[in-house]
Amino acid sequence: MSLPGDVVTWFTTGDHWRGDFGVPHRLYEHAVMSTAAVVAAVLIALPVGIWLGHRGRGGAVAINLANVGRALPSLAILALFQQAFGLRGWPGFGARPAFVALVALAVPPLVTNAYVAMRGVDRDVVEAARGMGMTGTELLWRVELPIALPLVLAGVRTAAVQVVATATLAAVTAWGGLGRYIYDGFGQRDNAQILAGAILVGLLALTTELGLGALQRAVVSDGLRPQQRRRSTEPVVVTA
Amino acid sequence: MSDPWVRWDWVSDHGSDILAATRQHVELTAIAVGIGLAISLPLGLMAHRWRRSEGPILGFTGALFTIPSLALFALLVPFTGLSRTTAEIGLVTFTLLILVRNIVAGLDGVPDEVREAAHGMGFRPLGQLVRVELPLALPVIVAGIRIATVTTIGLVTVTGLIGQGGLGSLIIEGINRDFRTPLVVGSAGSILLAVLADVGLAATARLLAPWSRREAGQ
Repeated sequence: MSLPGDVVTWFTTGDHWRGDFGVPHRLYEHAVMSTAAVVAAVLIALPVGIWLGHRGRGGAVAINLANVGRALPSLAILALFQQAFGLRGWPGFGARPAFVALVALAVPPLVTNAYVAMRGVDRDVVEAARGMGMTGTELLWRVELPIALPLVLAGVRTAAVQVVATATLAAVTAWGGLGRYIYDGFGQRDNAQILAGAILVGLLALTTELGLGALQRAVVSDGLRPQQRRRSTEPVVVTA
Repeated sequence: MSDPWVRWDWVSDHGSDILAATRQHVELTAIAVGIGLAISLPLGLMAHRWRRSEGPILGFTGALFTIPSLALFALLVPFTGLSRTTAEIGLVTFTLLILVRNIVAGLDGVPDEVREAAHGMGFRPLGQLVRVELPLALPVIVAGIRIATVTTIGLVTVTGLIGQGGLGSLIIEGINRDFRTPLVVGSAGSILLAVLADVGLAATARLLAPWSRREAGQ
């Protein structure tokens, strides 16, 4: 049979939708793991990045964190954390190290992005707010954060898509999720299963990207919208 | 659990394997970034010159970038097999967004006065591009090349799963045999390569474009 036909057959086979190896359970695993990792990483990274940006301190460290993070190969981090924290023989023993690795990989770019977003707030606006007699806390909550919010959320979206992608790799280090179909498919030379897995993972990443994009648009202050239609393309920044 | 993190006797016994893996890692990365650059330059120029194409070009490369790496390799395997071609197509795909975005941003950053001055001095469009605009855009473009290179070095380890992978194959070996030494050697090697490539490219850029020194810290 042709490959597209095989893939359709794979998706319409009832067994692939039932039990611990079925699509709903794998999707649930993947979504819960990714959500938990993103939430944990956001709770750790955003306060740090936002505070550093607000105080204008630690810029070199905050900006270089993302560069350091980029150099870490995610597959290696997953495997190293599994060696360090894995408990052999326990059910689902790949989950805890995978979670810790996903959080560790998501934190650096989130810190950098939050810092850059906060520093990007127009200094004239900050000075005007100070001149109006705002305290540091008021300035942070009522001026800087609302203005920086779109960029901060864009960073969260990028990080979330990245976490979904990296969670796929966790199948290699003894965890479940949708990556299992791809990795097991490689092992079994089962192209239909490989393609089915790739389609499912791709759809989840796309849903994450579009869903968080919609959320981002929904929570951004109306007053900020016109400014966002700038023409210029933002470069991917690196420090020397 | 008593397995030590590094067994040095294994390392000294496998020196040539480690070297070969490192060489393959460098090759896979260099080819991917090279081809990525060859594709991104015309795309970036087009997006810069012909504004209506900017949205679709950045949107398309951005969409490609969103595909999880393992899923992209998996999409290719049924067609191009567990091969080097599969690895390179995937790796090139992930460089495009970074490279195109920085090429466009670099060219956008050239001040209009400079363009007008060059025009006034009699530069033809091509000469102006090659001798004025691209050199001025170089720092931002090189920043993109550095990020693309470091990202690719990390992604090459994933291609270990499709039988390629350079140092990634050591990582996979470590995972499959539950043996820490190749895992640690492969991971450390990949990180070291990324750092060396980043520092090396930064130094090369300073040599090639000494005028960029001031802007390089952005």
